Amino acid sequence: AVMELPPSHYAAARAAALAAHYACYRRGSPGRGLALRAVRRASRQDIDDVGHKYYLELVLEDVLDKDSTVNCTAEVLYHLGNKNIAPDVQFTIEGELKNTDEADNVFYNRIKSLEKELVAEKIPDSHGNVPPEMEPIRLLAWAASGYVIWQNSTENTIFQLAQIKHVKQVKRIDEYLEFDYMILLHEMVSQEIIPWQMTVLWHPQHTVQVTEDSRQPKHASE
Amino acid sequence: DQVLRIVPETFQQVLHLQHLCSTLVLDLWKPLLPEDIWAGKDLHIRVPAPLVQEVKDSLDQHMISYKVLIPDVQELMDQSMPRERSSHRQVPEVYVYTQYHPMEEIYQWMTQIQKSNSELVTQHYLGKTIENRTMYYLQISQPSDKPKKIIWMDCGIHAREWISPAFCQWFVKEILQNYKSDPKISRFLQNLDLYILPVLNIDGYIYSWEEDRLWRKNRSPYMNGTCYGTDLNRNFNSSWGSIGVSYNCSSEIFCGSGPESEPETRAVSQFIERKKSDILCYLTIHSYGQYILTPYGSTTKPPSNSEELMHVAEKAAAALMGKYGTSYEVGSTSLILYSNSGSSRDWAHMIGIPFSYTFELRDKGTHGFVLPPDQIQPTCEETM
Repeated sequence: AVMELPPSHYAAARAAALAAHYACYRRGSPGRGLALRAVRRASRQDIDDVGHKYYLELVLEDVLDKDSTVNCTAEVLYHLGNKNIAPDVQFTIEGELKNTDEADNVFYNRIKSLEKELVAEKIPDSHGNVPPEMEPIRLLAWAASGYVIWQNSTENTIFQLAQIKHVKQVKRIDEYLEFDYMILLHEMVSQEIIPWQMTVLWHPQHTVQVTEDSRQPKHASE
Repeated sequence: DQVLRIVPETFQQVLHLQHLCSTLVLDLWKPLLPEDIWAGKDLHIRVPAPLVQEVKDSLDQHMISYKVLIPDVQELMDQSMPRERSSHRQVPEVYVYTQYHPMEEIYQWMTQIQKSNSELVTQHYLGKTIENRTMYYLQISQPSDKPKKIIWMDCGIHAREWISPAFCQWFVKEILQNYKSDPKISRFLQNLDLYILPVLNIDGYIYSWEEDRLWRKNRSPYMNGTCYGTDLNRNFNSSWGSIGVSYNCSSEIFCGSGPESEPETRAVSQFIERKKSDILCYLTIHSYGQYILTPYGSTTKPPSNSEELMHVAEKAAAALMGKYGTSYEVGSTSLILYSNSGSSRDWAHMIGIPFSYTFELRDKGTHGFVLPPDQIQPTCEETM
């Protein structure tokens, strides 16, 4: 049975947040971040022995340019029982996203030409400031955190990236850029701040890859 | 400010007076140093206006008798020398409202605001935090012979939500800068008094500046000091401990050892309880999420005046959107966010305050708690 939900209902909001983070993971880059702007429609289907499936119509916005939005349809299936399986997410973005090839290449070349590996802390800082040269590092984390969030979401969670505690570049001999991030995720329902380590690989024209990630104990970041 | 004359009779009283002088910033006129306070010897202290009631209460509690030597220090000074008329400075122009301020500066700001706007603003003692810091609220009240209803607004119940105290300060500034020129505001003040608590969780706020930017709770020690903090917005006596909480101190939503176990909670609830028949509206400001939340969090059963509550909230959200296009969602917490019990907003409504709302300010998660200062102005303007 398919049940229409009010778009502001918390179940719809949670599924939408998950879909948006997944979309950001698949489409994000140092030059592009996507965030959930609004939920237009939502419905839910309870499938016996399988789980709960949500059908969503969303609006996503470009983190760098709030006036730039795209419509998106998504399906999210939370599996019954086994909490170790990530939800299934499918999405379609209507229309074109802004081309970020130039920004991506500029960032790529900048990092490749650094003599010493990039190291940074606290992005944004306590007051919310991000130095302009760190913005691509933040957007890369934003996309990669979409993967971590997708893998760990349930119907009872809403995650957001709260802050990058620490990031360190790892030099590679191949053309990929590698960064070791320690991020802080905010989970809205429990209000917990969860430190998480992730190793991120990227190259222009490729999607962001998270090759390693692990939840850290609460005080690991201090 | 007042100057009190005290003759301590016992050693106990001397100790207490020395303690008062060191913990509060009191101006010892005679003797010059606390060490020179003796039983049987005259003591003259100047007490700053906001502390007068607190000091007198403390003296009464310890059965120390006192006499008011000078009831108004400023008046005496004015009589003895002409005071320079201050210019149109009603609000400190030096204070930057588009930046986040540490607690020290917010305390100074409150004193300054009262000084520069004494015809309208008075600073009042509300209570003490667990780490013994003083909680003050500002009362904005136009003198009038008719009794007025009250709107209460508190900010900063959760330490990391810095945009919230920033909004309370902005709000006060806006009212004071425009009450004469803006007909809406002046009509407002003819009929209503505003009570503003700029930072409810002072200890937590300071901790978020000094130690952990993402701290949420207060700084109450539990388990022999191995674990700290109660979520003050789960500590009120509204279906306390029933849902959406943790009984474990290490959780961010730890509801405390019992309803109103925390001094900060009691300071607010005792005051509001006393004044409840005059309070029309209870507002509590949080971030983030962009919501206007109505009761209840502890149940999906709608409150008795649900239609009216929603109607007003929807009008507020529409007005907010009119400014910069920012969209706020409106609804009861249990339906659009999550279930929780012990919230201040639920409690206010349950004791009979008809309009009770939680505002969750910008943004929707891109910055979350760490909202950059260039968003302070637009956030505050639209919420105004």
